Amino acid sequence: MATGHGHDDHHHGPAKGITRWLYTTNHKDIGTMYLVFSLAMFLLGGTFALVIRAELFQPGLQFVTPNFFNQMTTMHGLVMVFGAVMPAFVGLANWMIPMMIGAPDMALPRMNNWSFWILPFAFLMLSSTLFMDSGAPNFGWTFYAPLSTTYAPSSVTFFIFAVHMMGVSSIMGSINIIATIQNLRAPGMTYMKMPLFVWTWLITAYLLLAVMPVLAGVVTMMLFDIHFGTSFFSAAGGGDPVLFQHVFWFFGHPEVYIMILPAFGVVSEIVSTFSRKRLFGYDSMVYATSSIAFLSFIVWAHHMFTTGMPLAGELFFMYATMLIAVPTGVKVFNWIATMFKGSISFETPMLFAIAFVVLFTMGGFTGLMLAISPADFQYQDTYFVVAHFHYVLVPGAVFSIMAATYYWLPKWTGNMYDENLGRLHFWLSFIGINVLFFPQHFLGLAGMPRRIPDYALQFADFNMLSSIGAFIFGFSQLLFVFIVIKAARGGKKATAEVWDGSHGLEWTVPSPAPYHTFSTPPVIK
Amino acid sequence: MAEADTHQRSLGRQAAKLALYALGMFGFGFLLVPLYDVFCEVTGLNGKTGGKYQYEQAQASVDESRAVTMQFTANNNAAMPWEVRPMQHQVTFHPGELVQVTFYARNPTGQRMVAQAVPSVVPFKSADYLHKTECFCFTQQILDAGEAVEMPLIFFVDRALPADVSKMTLSYTLFDVTQNFAAKGKALSAN
Repeated sequence: MATGHGHDDHHHGPAKGITRWLYTTNHKDIGTMYLVFSLAMFLLGGTFALVIRAELFQPGLQFVTPNFFNQMTTMHGLVMVFGAVMPAFVGLANWMIPMMIGAPDMALPRMNNWSFWILPFAFLMLSSTLFMDSGAPNFGWTFYAPLSTTYAPSSVTFFIFAVHMMGVSSIMGSINIIATIQNLRAPGMTYMKMPLFVWTWLITAYLLLAVMPVLAGVVTMMLFDIHFGTSFFSAAGGGDPVLFQHVFWFFGHPEVYIMILPAFGVVSEIVSTFSRKRLFGYDSMVYATSSIAFLSFIVWAHHMFTTGMPLAGELFFMYATMLIAVPTGVKVFNWIATMFKGSISFETPMLFAIAFVVLFTMGGFTGLMLAISPADFQYQDTYFVVAHFHYVLVPGAVFSIMAATYYWLPKWTGNMYDENLGRLHFWLSFIGINVLFFPQHFLGLAGMPRRIPDYALQFADFNMLSSIGAFIFGFSQLLFVFIVIKAARGGKKATAEVWDGSHGLEWTVPSPAPYHTFSTPPVIK
Repeated sequence: MAEADTHQRSLGRQAAKLALYALGMFGFGFLLVPLYDVFCEVTGLNGKTGGKYQYEQAQASVDESRAVTMQFTANNNAAMPWEVRPMQHQVTFHPGELVQVTFYARNPTGQRMVAQAVPSVVPFKSADYLHKTECFCFTQQILDAGEAVEMPLIFFVDRALPADVSKMTLSYTLFDVTQNFAAKGKALSAN
């Protein structure tokens, strides 16, 4: 067995030392690496956010120069979207999908290893721009041309290649997830018996496959405009800067659903478990998710209402956008119906899931307000937009990732996390997030523009409040790190089922889940 | 074992198919560029005007029953230091009538510079009906230090111009393309 390292040898444990992590093709190891990486990026992106909020604590310039402030908003967005939220969901997919469908591993384990190991290098390259003479990218995470081409710092080329690498990683990851779900389901696991988390990820993977190449395309065009004299986005050479926005948002809008669909899956699992009921309206959940995915491709120009579209365009994108509220509403009502008359208990995952349902819905409503084209002319580029997308991304995507972590942590580590500390973490986060983002609605409606390091005196009180919330939320995440480490090191032993109302294949294997599970597929009746 | 082999092969085939799909979407991203141009041309979006138009007396009989006013404006892009302005601020004419106006440009810097003018017309829906037979925007302007030039623009407006359009604004933005020009060693052509 000394050389028994091939991946077709199913009876050995993990290798020892660093090579275990470098060479591993095990879906659980890779899932863990994705999750740890994502946590590190969450803390890094959070640090950037705290620099922003510290500067905005009071009017005037206190700590940073306007240019560095712009670098912070840009890097915060990029790191959180591509480094924290997306890899976290891929990590959850790696860990849970094979165990949920009764597969021994991911379909393409070697590629799985590559998809992960590209990421740290991509972000190392992106972060290294902070130490360059030109400074980091400062044109916002949406990197509109010509700000990101003609007027970009020279570090933009590093940014472009980092985006290429993230794209390759995501595409390989999604190919793997699709191949796994479509080929490795245990006998009897039909599509309509798959857990909702698997369903939402299948659809997300197709979205990723469709739009990440478009993102790679748009940064490639930038690269050519900057270095090879083409004029895709330069009006002087016959190009059009507005074209950039169209291509970017053709990627960008499905991207926001990429960050929220797996969250829907997670919340569906958790709400059903802690209500001790089957998920209400499983079929409608599947169809609603598919409709949202379809609609996400035909609404992109609602990000561009003020670019001078023809009236017909404004109307089409307004109505198409509002249509998304229908399948999303189906989901929200299904979660509520699942909880209705359920025997609910409020463990930490359930607290995060309920907060998700409430706060995500609020973010959805402000989204509807922004969708109203005539009103959007006032909201465009104000803190109202910032409040809106942070409500769907932080208590939306991020809360669902935390809920998922608490929910499956006992399965991963074999130990229960500290429930009291978990609840404390929840309440600190919940209060912190609302103090942080709720006042930003008012700031935006009163006209405070986003991405500006200074502001008029009338905005001072709400900004101070918002910054206080930011520091409460930010530092309470250290508690989260502590709870996770504590559970990984020991604690009350978890049973195989872990939760009272748990259902699904992942709860039939012991806790912690053995290094290899379902080497022979289970039979689903 | 044979079964496992075919299984592996079918997985490989599917992965290849999905990768091909991703590659196709990469191509689609680039396809959006010409698609966008076609879309803008069809809808007149962004007020893009067409290229050089051949004026034929026969097709352009003058519609004396109504008059259209065209206003002119010229601006510099970002750091462009030239002095630029239309020499007439507006003209009134009949659809189908050939109109000539001039723009003035001066290079006040100490260097030889190359400029490209980019046109845009509002209302957008009238863009398709503006036909330019001669325009300084068809080529680039090369001016030596301190040199000034009067640049001609000859156009007519199609008789088919929608009835509710009586006033149009044609704007030119001047871009500094000295560096591109030097890099390519030849003229770039825009409209």
